[in-house]
Amino acid sequence: MTGSAAGPTAPGKDAADYVIEVAGLSKSFGDRVVVRDLSMRVRRGQIYGFLGPNGSGKTTTIRMLCGLLTPDSGHGTCLGYDILTQSRAIRRHVGYMTQRFSLYADLSVRENLEFVARIYGVPDPVRAAREAVERLGLAGRERQLAGSLSGGWKQRLALGACILPSPQLLLLDEPTAGVDPKARREFWMQIHELAAEGLTVLVSTHYMDEAERCHEIAYIAYGDLLAQGTVEQVVAHSGLTTWSVTGGDPAALARELAGRPGVEMVAPFGTSVHVGGHDDAALARAIEPFRARPELVWRQDAPTLEDVFIDLMSRSKDNFR
Amino acid sequence: MSGFLRRVGAMVRKEFLQLLRDRVSFATMIMIPLLQLVLFGYAINTTPRHLPTAVLAYENTPLTRSILAAIENTKYFAVTHHPTSAAEAEHLMRAGDVLFVVEIPAGFERAVVRGENPAMLVAADATDPVASGSAIAALRNIIDTSVRRERFAREKGPQGSGLEEAPPPFEIITHARYNPAAVTQLNIVPGLLGTILTMTMLIFTALSVTREIERGTMETLLAMPIRPVEVMLGKIAPYVMVGAVQATMIVVAGIFLFKVPVVGSMALLTALTALFIVTNLSIGYTFSTLAQNQLQAVQMTFMYFLPNILLSGFMFPFDGMPRWARWISETLPLTHYLRMVRGILLKGANVADLSQDILALSAIMLVAMVIAVKRFRQTLD
Repeated sequence: MTGSAAGPTAPGKDAADYVIEVAGLSKSFGDRVVVRDLSMRVRRGQIYGFLGPNGSGKTTTIRMLCGLLTPDSGHGTCLGYDILTQSRAIRRHVGYMTQRFSLYADLSVRENLEFVARIYGVPDPVRAAREAVERLGLAGRERQLAGSLSGGWKQRLALGACILPSPQLLLLDEPTAGVDPKARREFWMQIHELAAEGLTVLVSTHYMDEAERCHEIAYIAYGDLLAQGTVEQVVAHSGLTTWSVTGGDPAALARELAGRPGVEMVAPFGTSVHVGGHDDAALARAIEPFRARPELVWRQDAPTLEDVFIDLMSRSKDNFR
Repeated sequence: MSGFLRRVGAMVRKEFLQLLRDRVSFATMIMIPLLQLVLFGYAINTTPRHLPTAVLAYENTPLTRSILAAIENTKYFAVTHHPTSAAEAEHLMRAGDVLFVVEIPAGFERAVVRGENPAMLVAADATDPVASGSAIAALRNIIDTSVRRERFAREKGPQGSGLEEAPPPFEIITHARYNPAAVTQLNIVPGLLGTILTMTMLIFTALSVTREIERGTMETLLAMPIRPVEVMLGKIAPYVMVGAVQATMIVVAGIFLFKVPVVGSMALLTALTALFIVTNLSIGYTFSTLAQNQLQAVQMTFMYFLPNILLSGFMFPFDGMPRWARWISETLPLTHYLRMVRGILLKGANVADLSQDILALSAIMLVAMVIAVKRFRQTLD
């Protein structure tokens, strides 16, 4: 899953190898700081996962990257173009898929694709649209109005419209929200194929399983970038120690454990309870009395990505208070 | 440049497809002109004829008979009641059975003959001044004439038979140029051309940008490599054609149904109508960049539409307005366009006659376009 595989167009690991390179991006709406001093680098051909709770500034960051929002401060480049002054050039080479379906509901599948092809100046837009329809598996539906497609098909069409003008970078804002698991898996297969062809993909998501499909991830909460790197790196850097306990009533156990010194995180998972903390000695002391209970089975395990994110999130919230 | 045309072309194509698919809007665009033409053309008449009139005559003499005959001859009045008392006449007017009461006092003729300048009361129901106004104007005229003639006949004519032999037909001189019969339609139909174009062009463009914002498609559109001016031209162009269809419908209907004369140049009318359409589209587009949603866009359109209807000279005469109102109306495209249409259709005006209005309309169009392009946000900030 670490996949540091660079695309075929990226020969080495020099500076030009970074498709997105921004530093100190900030944006506020009124008094509310939405993104604070964000710096990130995304290598060519990578799938970069962008994670964070609702309202954490993911969409705002993506919009700043493609020139839809002007940052209050900060600088950087996207595909080598300055995000502050060359947003038109960026738009030509970036495919942006919005969170909400935003193609024309009253146009047919084919008409939507042809419109996109024409705006981007794709030679022979009619053929390009027809090929896209076939590639997307939308053959037979090309005359259907986009608004009448089901959620999965809409998402497929939106992705198809994004990649139609052959962009070098895809910005996908929660592309799989409200899509069934099968469509989700197919979607991710397609993303990996595109990345293998050299396309760079920045994708925001809530789903942990999707985060684990990314080459690298970044975690943003309440405007702050809290962690960045491969999944393994992020988990290793978290400094969390976790135990899982089975047997007994998980809900009652969770209530008992919560709030004890050293226990920073308690989450019931089916028949087991996940307990974690940063100070492993304190955590060990906290669970000591429980280990004596014969019905409970204790096992130390590695924190999951979700453990790490929930921990990051709760700590960043604490910082705000 | 080729990229510019290609992108505008793509926008136009997209807008047309959406327009054709939106059956309700499309039907409205065709139905509004037809409905308004029929309503204004057939149902509304600001110089109504045969208004019910009561005559309360306290004497019956050759002079009073000739005055009454003259009154009926104007066609404005139809003497429907002959009340015998003032109370009865009062009741008729209060009940709305008559719009006028003509009261001829006893000894009227004798007083006229003696040169005593007697008074004849004409009470008019002025609740609708538009309805009664032209009738009163005509009435004053005929009574003057009748009295003068009768007196003249009495003085110059042979003794005894003078009254009877005075020429009975009383001529009424109302001087109405360009519309000698004061046919309302001749004024209304050219006016309708302007108001219908204003209304439909404004509403549909005002909705066009806000619709994209509401449906979320604006975000995708903004993320595409297309310039604001290209979006604007692409959105305006299809409606220029819609406007042309509407204008043709109205002019053709005006000529064939209402016999509106075409004194001036049809080519000039076409060119100036195109200018007017583009001006309205630019204003509508400006509204759509100011409004947050479609409802606001419609509200703005109506706020703008109201002074256009009231002050442009469509409903009420331009020259009857105070100076400040005239200044406002000079900034409205419809004012200038109405002068152009009435000038060309009814008076045969040429470019030189209309140069001031053409300049004013062009200036308004440019201002609206500049604001629209400046206001169109390239970002979501």
